[in-house]
Amino acid sequence: MDAGDALLLARAQFGLNIAFHILFPSLSIALGWYLLYFRVKVALTANDPGWLATYRLWVKIFALTFAMGVVSGITMSFQFGTNWPGYMQKVGNIAGPLLGYEVLTAFFLEATFLGVMLFGMERVSTRVHIVSAAMVAIGTTLSAFWILALNSWMQTPAGQVMDGEALIAGDWLRVIFNPSFPYRFTHMLLASGLTASFLVAGLSAWRLLAAPQDAGALRTLRAGALVAALLAPVQVFVGDLHGLNTLEHQPAKIAAMEAIWQTRAGVPLVLFAVPNEATRRNDYAVEVPKMASLILRHDPNAEVQGLEHFAPDHPPVAPVFFAFRLMVGMGVLMLAFAWIGSWILRKRAPRWLLWAFAGMTFSGWIATLAGWLVTEIGRQPWLVTGILRTAAAAGRVPEAAIGASLAGYAFVYGAMLVAYVVVLTHLAREGAKP
Amino acid sequence: MIDLPLVFAVLMGAAILAYVVLDGYDLGVGMLMPAASPGEQDVMVASIGPFWDANETWLVLGVGILLIAFPAAHGYILGALYLPVAAMLTGLMLRGVAFELRVKALGWHAELWNWLFWFGSFLASFAQGYMLGRYLTAFQPGLGYMFFSLLVGAALCGGYVLLGATWLILRTEGALQAKARAWTKWGLAWVALGVALVSLATPLASEIVRDKWFDFPRTLGLMVLPLATLAAWLWVWRSAGKSEWQPFAGAVAIFVLAFAGLAYSVFPYVVIGWLTIWQAASHPSALKVVLAGALLVLPFLVGYTVFAYRVFRGKAKAGLYGH
Repeated sequence: MDAGDALLLARAQFGLNIAFHILFPSLSIALGWYLLYFRVKVALTANDPGWLATYRLWVKIFALTFAMGVVSGITMSFQFGTNWPGYMQKVGNIAGPLLGYEVLTAFFLEATFLGVMLFGMERVSTRVHIVSAAMVAIGTTLSAFWILALNSWMQTPAGQVMDGEALIAGDWLRVIFNPSFPYRFTHMLLASGLTASFLVAGLSAWRLLAAPQDAGALRTLRAGALVAALLAPVQVFVGDLHGLNTLEHQPAKIAAMEAIWQTRAGVPLVLFAVPNEATRRNDYAVEVPKMASLILRHDPNAEVQGLEHFAPDHPPVAPVFFAFRLMVGMGVLMLAFAWIGSWILRKRAPRWLLWAFAGMTFSGWIATLAGWLVTEIGRQPWLVTGILRTAAAAGRVPEAAIGASLAGYAFVYGAMLVAYVVVLTHLAREGAKP
Repeated sequence: MIDLPLVFAVLMGAAILAYVVLDGYDLGVGMLMPAASPGEQDVMVASIGPFWDANETWLVLGVGILLIAFPAAHGYILGALYLPVAAMLTGLMLRGVAFELRVKALGWHAELWNWLFWFGSFLASFAQGYMLGRYLTAFQPGLGYMFFSLLVGAALCGGYVLLGATWLILRTEGALQAKARAWTKWGLAWVALGVALVSLATPLASEIVRDKWFDFPRTLGLMVLPLATLAAWLWVWRSAGKSEWQPFAGAVAIFVLAFAGLAYSVFPYVVIGWLTIWQAASHPSALKVVLAGALLVLPFLVGYTVFAYRVFRGKAKAGLYGH
């Protein structure tokens, strides 16, 4: 095998791990805040059995989700050095401290207070228990803060200086608050809010299909749908800002997302096409004239740089193009479901709507993974934009070892994911118990 | 000017020791599961429930410091240990998920998750010991070294069983506590065998380690370590039948002493015979910023960890989530 195969294997393995891992934080970041809300409701209603049952059901789901995130996250801490030694050599002085701060400020906080939250309800005062729930929610959000600071820095590096062969941080504030960080962080938090809201609504709908009289499940269905209805339009707005920010700092990624091959004025928006890397044009294209220029430059006749401008240093077009459409499509679907659903749920909960929400339970996962593919593949061939190429960062672990462990991980992850979904739907069917 | 690589070596050692002791007792409890009745298993799981998430976080911190402070060593060591690391991670994943699912599953699933909880605990423990064996012999190829590493794997399992059994003496009562007292003696026998074999084999397997220990008259001073380990061992043996906290304290002492011995063997290397901590260290600017954060955060971390252990002091009860 040649170096290309080894690089592909290393990327496939890391990609598999990180894709599996992100499923769980994308839920637990916002679910932590949901739980805090449920816990406060229990206290405000003087331990109302309904709210208590709701809290207890969701704390179980949260604990399971959190545990999946912890165990798949540990894997990552081992693979940074093994799969990407060149990464640590070149930018370790920046990536290392950011990861370190995540462990120090977030991991211990959330893991320790999770124990108190799960098992300590009868052992500590209501106030201390609520504070523990708040610490867990703050911990998961802080964790997202650091990891997105690092990810954003890799996309739009700032604040670093060269020191011999490696980079060091010249200004930590500029490293952390790099140009794309505010947009990416907000985008991710909102994505988590939507993913968790559809989970809450979807599992509650499952319960209502089995037990239509469950008042608690109807309450959480409404809450999930309403929060999603409020967050979805904000996400559209923030997503647009994020896109404009990407156009400024990573124009090649935008060109791939929109499959714009040539630089010209009045660029049409490609609704659907099959980007053809060989002929460098789109097959079967369905286009809206001048729309891309309007969206990207807010002017129908503005010029947009095409992929030809960046060749050969631009990402593979088809995966980025399709993943972006999948993300946007899923987002539009979620927005529609949340708005229509919330409107109908004010008065009644027809069975077709329950089925619809149950079917959308994991829709946030699809949108999140698609968005993640857009941003990570869209960064190629760079691992750190303009500084380090992905190919230069890969390691020299024998392909056989990566291949064998990749197969093992894939099997274990698959089994874990099935078990997770089965247990969640099972718990939801059983419903909340006081 | 402070010696930053040395400070980070000490911090990393402390994090790894904390991990080994803390996750050691809950891995040990996991390995003891098949020896208990279903009712007792629930109490055992309840005794580690509030802590295991945070315990595993120490592993992330230890490996994190290796990655941040000694990146070259991180890539080298974990690359050489690629498959055992994958086995350990698989074990940790299986048990973490099984831990959550065993109380939520019904019927035969419950049996399956119980088994996976045991198997995951065992796989993770054994893989950690195996990795320690490979590390101490500087990853040299050969059947003899492989056999030595398997031996260390078995010894570490014994050590974790000892920690788990003494933890259960502390946290349970009645018939289960009586069982735990018996398990403690088994664990002790296993540990004695393991520590003795490892202590004899390590100098044989590694010249660098041999030179550090057999250098008269320093050897005489170093004899404090094995003697103190022996004293701790006897303390656990004698108190296993009567005291509640002494066996656990003694087991922790055995681990601290064994760790001190290993640390002495390896220092100042981070990869034996190849990379010292100063050669492998990151840029001082990175080390400084992490150290500042660690000094700021560690008091809080210790504070709320102590708080959590105080909340859950006393005997564990079956039944989860405060029911």
